[in-house]
Amino acid sequence: MRYLKKIRVALALLFFLPIILFFIDFTGKLPLQLHELLKFQWIPALLSLNLVLIGILLILSLLFGRIYCSTICPLGVFQDVISWKSRFFKKKKKKNRFKYTKPQNILRYSLLALTVLFVIFGSSFFFILLDPYSTFGRFVSQLFRPLVIWGNNGLSALLSGMGNYSLYKVEQVAFVPVAFGITSFFFVLGGVMSWFRGRLYCNTICPVGTTLGLLAPFSLFRISIKESSCTRCGACERTCKSQCIDSDAMKVDDSRCVSCFNCLTACKKASMKYEFRYKKTVEVPTKTVAANNSRRTFLLTSGAVLTSLAYAGVNKSLPGKKDSILSRKPIMPPGAKNIEHFNANCTGCQLCVTKCPMQVLKPASLQYGISGIMQPHLAFSTHVFCTYDCNICCSVCPTSALQPLPMEEKKLAQIGIAKLRLDMCEVITHETDCGACSEHCPSQAVHMIPYKNGLTKPNVTPELCIGCGGCESICPVRPYQAIYVEGVTAQIKAKKPEEAEKFDKVIDDFGF
Amino acid sequence: MKRRDFFKSAAVVGLATVLKPTTLDAATSNLAVQSGPDMVAVMGGEPAAMLTRAIKEMGGIGKFVKKGDKVVVKPNIGWDRKPELAANTNPELVGALVKMCKSAGASEVLVFDHTCHDWKKSYTNSGIEKAVTDAGGKMVPGNDESYYREIDLPQGVNLKNTKIHKSLLECDVWFNVPVLKHHGGAKNSISMKNLMGIVWERGFFHKNDLHQCIADAATFHKKPALNIVDAYRIMKSNGPQGKSEADVVTLKSLIISPDYVAADTAAMKMFSQVQPTNIKDVRYIEMAEKLKVGTQNLEKLNVKRIKM
Repeated sequence: MRYLKKIRVALALLFFLPIILFFIDFTGKLPLQLHELLKFQWIPALLSLNLVLIGILLILSLLFGRIYCSTICPLGVFQDVISWKSRFFKKKKKKNRFKYTKPQNILRYSLLALTVLFVIFGSSFFFILLDPYSTFGRFVSQLFRPLVIWGNNGLSALLSGMGNYSLYKVEQVAFVPVAFGITSFFFVLGGVMSWFRGRLYCNTICPVGTTLGLLAPFSLFRISIKESSCTRCGACERTCKSQCIDSDAMKVDDSRCVSCFNCLTACKKASMKYEFRYKKTVEVPTKTVAANNSRRTFLLTSGAVLTSLAYAGVNKSLPGKKDSILSRKPIMPPGAKNIEHFNANCTGCQLCVTKCPMQVLKPASLQYGISGIMQPHLAFSTHVFCTYDCNICCSVCPTSALQPLPMEEKKLAQIGIAKLRLDMCEVITHETDCGACSEHCPSQAVHMIPYKNGLTKPNVTPELCIGCGGCESICPVRPYQAIYVEGVTAQIKAKKPEEAEKFDKVIDDFGF
Repeated sequence: MKRRDFFKSAAVVGLATVLKPTTLDAATSNLAVQSGPDMVAVMGGEPAAMLTRAIKEMGGIGKFVKKGDKVVVKPNIGWDRKPELAANTNPELVGALVKMCKSAGASEVLVFDHTCHDWKKSYTNSGIEKAVTDAGGKMVPGNDESYYREIDLPQGVNLKNTKIHKSLLECDVWFNVPVLKHHGGAKNSISMKNLMGIVWERGFFHKNDLHQCIADAATFHKKPALNIVDAYRIMKSNGPQGKSEADVVTLKSLIISPDYVAADTAAMKMFSQVQPTNIKDVRYIEMAEKLKVGTQNLEKLNVKRIKM
């Protein structure tokens, strides 16, 4: 049965490598279709109500146990990599020395309950924080990717100094301290936990792991110890990164076993078996611990819920700052439908942020309130706006927080409306031609109308505006632009701009 | 043609007697440098054919590009738009020019623009990237300040210095290849407006009288060998991006001249036949003439008009 571990490793890499490369890819060379792979993640599948995928994942779990954790989940595989790498830095004695530990039931069931309760309350706060796929997405997009881009930029500067333009400089996505802080915290947490304790994070913090742990005791196949040939040497226990094998008691805690099959390889006596659970008398798994703790869990949960809600309330009433541009409504990416749908379904995995060719998408700090931390919003700056012929963000979203929009629909999706402040406009204040805003408007919502002395001033037709921010990004008035985009709470279809009158006459003279 | 041939042979004969040249070939190439029209306008052909013809009238590509030269071609690639919308320079024209430069022995032909839309998408969807690489040229990124170097514009009125793409500063010869378009801000975008794609900081232009800054930019000491104004398809309205093909008129024309002001003047006259425009409103043309960048007086120039 040793081949099982090899299959597990191969499968894990098959999911892990494309995912990490897809998140890192800043050149747009990898096909966007790779995002289909991400739909196999539990939370995205649940959020997008993809019944086929949910069915497949459920069947896999009921057949093989927590195979999702050991192969499909990138955060799980990432921790395996850390755990495996840590061996090279540890003293020989300590290598592979896992010991059976008791499950952290209070913590894991509380976190699961919190997550579920929050969802019931309509907040994806814990989803965002704890979904393992999204956590991993943030590791890559906010920690690894910037490093790769720095490397690329250093190299491209070196090359372009020598007249070689084969590499080009890539702009870093703007640094968002809140998102970076949270991501770093989880990176350190997951890193330390996996370095010393293997899959402790998956069996304590991760709500997906905990849920699958509830299902695992019923899976058709499971790891068990053949008592007749077992010598209690403890090899299996020492190699078990879930620390769920009690070799003395010859028991495996199914709820924490991630089906990594390391123990099968470690056992010299071939006493570790991965076999059909129901062929002999079934040992009913002890779930009493969870039940006993329900009251404590409830108290913990409700306390946390209340404090969070109170905090969220405080944050919504942040005092308005000087310029109205600073207190504008956040701008959701196209396809977000409305703020309720978007906030409830986005897990902040940052895939759209990394794929946005304009890098206008950035993780939010508190723009959406506390339960929308790290969900993407549009942040315009010079040359940075939502490009007209692009629907990448809503095409790649694995949770369908962003609904895919065909290109023609995207071009009419109103994600915001331009607000013009003529009293600040260059044309009015300096009496000169400018027109940068209308120049960048793809829908002619911002257009120039006669002012005086042959000058023209901008004007906005709100029904035509799609809120792409072209105008805001290029408006030379700083620090607060004379034209800016205000977000909408529900995205509607903008009016289709009228076409110009066609010119049919034939010109066959030079005119000079 | 007859007149041209007559002058040519007369000149050759004259030179042959005066200079006692070793070969007749040397005499003809010598002659090409000395004479030639100030402007060539072609109408009625395909982009590549019109370019070939116009350059031939100007004295051949060899007059501008020497063997081993580093050449830069600066089209308008500002927008993520397909060629049919005429927001960018015609890719066929750009490709043909690159090919011509290569055949004249250019060591490399670099093409860039400081785009308004995402540069990669603009390069690709304009069709220019493919045309250039197929013709043996290279696309150069212009998306980052690190590619730009500060230069002085001593004659500039508002724009006294600016950062210009280093490939342009380092090259031996460059061609300015704009497309003729309507423009919401500058009224029209032709060869001088196209210079906003060689500079990094465009915001300054918009803040400090767009027209004056465009004229100031045209005082940049390194003049293009030629302004090649693409009027195969022109954008008559809703510029500079355009909304649909209804904004586009196919004129199948090309205007080339080393003189920015003359090229823009001629282009405006052609444009006015489609969309009547007061050339005075395109203020940068007159401003540039005041700065002695060139002349609006086409009468004084030797203009060649060719219908194909």
